[in-house]
This record gives sequence, structure tokens and C-alpha cells, in this order.
Amino acid sequence: MHDQPSVAELVQAVKNFIDKTAGPNLTGHAAFHARVASNALATVLRDIDQRPNAEAAERARLIALLDASEEMSLGDLNADLSNRIRQGEMTPSTTGLLAHLKATTMAQVEIDQPRYSGLKTAKD
Amino acid sequence: MGSNSDFESGLHALFTRVFGDSEPLLEFKRLSGGASQETWALSSANQQVILRRSPGGTSEARSSAAIGLAAEAKLIQLAAGTGVPVPDVLHVLSEQDALGDGFLMSRILGETIARPILRNDEFSEARAKLPRQCGKALAAIHSIPTDSTPPELQLSDGQAQIAQYEEIYRQFKAPRPVFELALQWLKANAPTPRATVLVHGDFRLGNLMVDETGLAAVLDWELAHLGDPREDIAWVCVNSWRFGQSQNRVGGFGQLDELLDAYNLQTSLDIAASEIDWWEILGSLKWGIMCMIMYEAFRSGADGSVERAAIGRRVSETEIDLINLLEAAHA
Repeated sequence: MHDQPSVAELVQAVKNFIDKTAGPNLTGHAAFHARVASNALATVLRDIDQRPNAEAAERARLIALLDASEEMSLGDLNADLSNRIRQGEMTPSTTGLLAHLKATTMAQVEIDQPRYSGLKTAKD
Repeated sequence: MGSNSDFESGLHALFTRVFGDSEPLLEFKRLSGGASQETWALSSANQQVILRRSPGGTSEARSSAAIGLAAEAKLIQLAAGTGVPVPDVLHVLSEQDALGDGFLMSRILGETIARPILRNDEFSEARAKLPRQCGKALAAIHSIPTDSTPPELQLSDGQAQIAQYEEIYRQFKAPRPVFELALQWLKANAPTPRATVLVHGDFRLGNLMVDETGLAAVLDWELAHLGDPREDIAWVCVNSWRFGQSQNRVGGFGQLDELLDAYNLQTSLDIAASEIDWWEILGSLKWGIMCMIMYEAFRSGADGSVERAAIGRRVSETEIDLINLLEAAHA
């Protein structure tokens, strides 16, 4: 299999089309949706780029925090964490919990909405 | 409801019925898009009015929490009587009007979009005045006797809202550890309820008409309910409603002390700034789950728009806000 253009390049090309060709020809609600679509593709590009490392780091933190097996999937680890929080077994005072959630959420917002004001607050 | 020409002739008939034969409708224009309430600007030689109408003239409220347009019109009239800046309700649609549910109100000039209000020079005086004006308006809303409010209003205090939003969140079967933590923290730290008042329910930029001198009108009363006064004060403080101006806790334009000073001058509630924190956390959680609800419309196939899909990637904004708030609460 070849990848020229790569998935990221194809997404970038579609984003260019929306930004430079289609978008300027639209008005009103359609123009608004074109901006939303362009922003969504920017998220896709960041996701392709950043998710693998972010999820590997999240996984390593979760295995340590939950003292869990290396075999568990990320989905199962997060379900286990959610359940322990829900049962009151882990609270904001639990060592490492807030730090883990903060790191994970910051990585997520870096992909989803990197200009969001709350991300800057979290970094300060 | 009916065809476009039915709608148009309905508008013409409505106008002469309300304003007389000497004021025929000359122009009408849709102001808002999307699936929420329709807003139309209507004008004749001497009248500039707004028609707020259910989408397509249907008689169904758009969410279970919405109170319906007839009740909304009644609330706006009540609020006018206590000095809250609101439009004048000129006519509530009846069956005879054949235009569905809705009402006519006076057109108040100004801006509702947050970004120009928060950034443009022409609103600099408005930004300085808004915190106190909002405090005063909220005090007036909260002093409306609850027994005079329309029966459509539901009682929904902090505990009820936690239960309501937790149920919705659980139905999605998409566990989010930050939301779990916020839910447990809110339950463990729930404040003693304040006396029940009329709560606007969506008091924030976007639903406030602002002109160069500040608050011109409080709009969009469809999420009004009976509940805790601190809910409204905290909702305008939720970081999502600061539109990038995080340093200004109230709506991106002011400080909480200013709002509370004006508020506490007019009520006997003496609400302290520290009481708002819990409600702000609840507000961020609620907005996050509302974003999940909007994304669900895409996921379920009900609404295929890119807007509904993309809003699912804004849930994390509320998660980082919740982390920031929980960290501050445990510092």
C-alpha cells in the first residue's frame, strides 16, 4: 500500500478547499458551517498527530494509578477509573488522581480546542 | 404548519389584527437560524417588532425543560413589572392567529453576540456597567413572588439538577472520569439550599441584549424554573460563558464582587462569593453534558450536521474547567 497523499495530506487538501474555495462562496448559516467544518478538520489533523503519544502516556499513568495489568485496554482502564471514583474509592484527595486527570484532559483539549482559555489557565 | 404563503398571509393578518388597518406589514425577515425558536423581525410604517415562534409553528417545546412560549411571554410581563429590562410583550399568539405558539414583542436594539460585546470599543462603557446591571436584574428576577409564576415552571434545585444530569450522562454509556469526579464532589459538598426563587435559567451573554450603555434587555426565558438563586449568578460565571476572557469571572466582562454588591443591595439574601464556587462547578458539568446531548443528536443519526458532530469535541473544554475548579477547591 502507498500513502501518497497520506491521510493527513488529504484532510489538509480538503481543509484548503473549504477555506480558500468553498467557504468564501457561502453566506449565512452555510458559511458558519464551513468554518465549523474547517475547524473540525484541524482537529482531525491534530488528532492524527498527537493521539498516539497522548494515549500511550495516559495508559502508562492509568496502569500505575490503578495498579492494573499491562494487558488492559485503555477503554477498560478508564471504565475502571470511572467506577472507582463513582464508588468513592478515589477522590480529589487521592494521590496522583487530579494530576493524572489534568494531564489527560490537557492532552485532549490540545487536540480538540487548543485555543480554549481553560487550557491556558491549566498551564499557568 | 402550513406552507410559506400560509405563513406570510398569517403574518399580514396578525399585523392588522394587532396594530390596526393603518399599519400593514411591510417587511419581515428571519433573524435566527438553527433548530431553536424562530425569531422574525417584522415592520410596518411605525412598528418594529419581533415575533418569537416555535420552529415551523409547532406546539412542542424543544426540550423537556423548556416552558413553552406562552409561559415565557407571561414571565417577561411579570419581569417587566419588577423593573427587569425586558421587551414589551405586545401579543401572545392564539389559535385564531394560526401561526403556532409564540408572541410578538417590541424590538430592542443592541447586540447579543458575545465577541463584539467583549472586544469592541463601542461597548467599553457597557462592559464597565454590566456587572452591576446584571446583579440588579438578577435581584429583581429573584424577588418575583414564586406564587405568581406560570404553572409550567418546574422546581429544580441543585440536588435535582445533579440527579437529572447524572441520569442523562449515564444513558450515554460513555464514562468520563472527570465528570464522575465532579458528580461525586458535588454530592459530597452540596450546600444548604437557599429559599426557592424564580430562576432565569440561561442568564449569560448571547441571551442578553446589550447596547452602548449596558444591559438593554434580558431575553430567552424558556429555561426558567423555580430553584436556587445562586444558580443564575454562577451560570454567568461559567468559563464557557466568558468567551475567552477568563480573567473576568462574570461573563468575561466583570468581577463577581461587583455583581454581588449590586445584587445584595436589592435583596436580603446576602449571598457571598464563596457560595458561587459549588454552583459554577455544577454549571460547567451541566454545560458539558448539554454538549454531549447535542453530539448525541449526531451520533443517533437525528441531525447529520457538522456542527452537531463537532460539539462533541467541546466537552473537553468543560472537563479542563472542572479540573481547574476542583484543583482550586483542593489547593
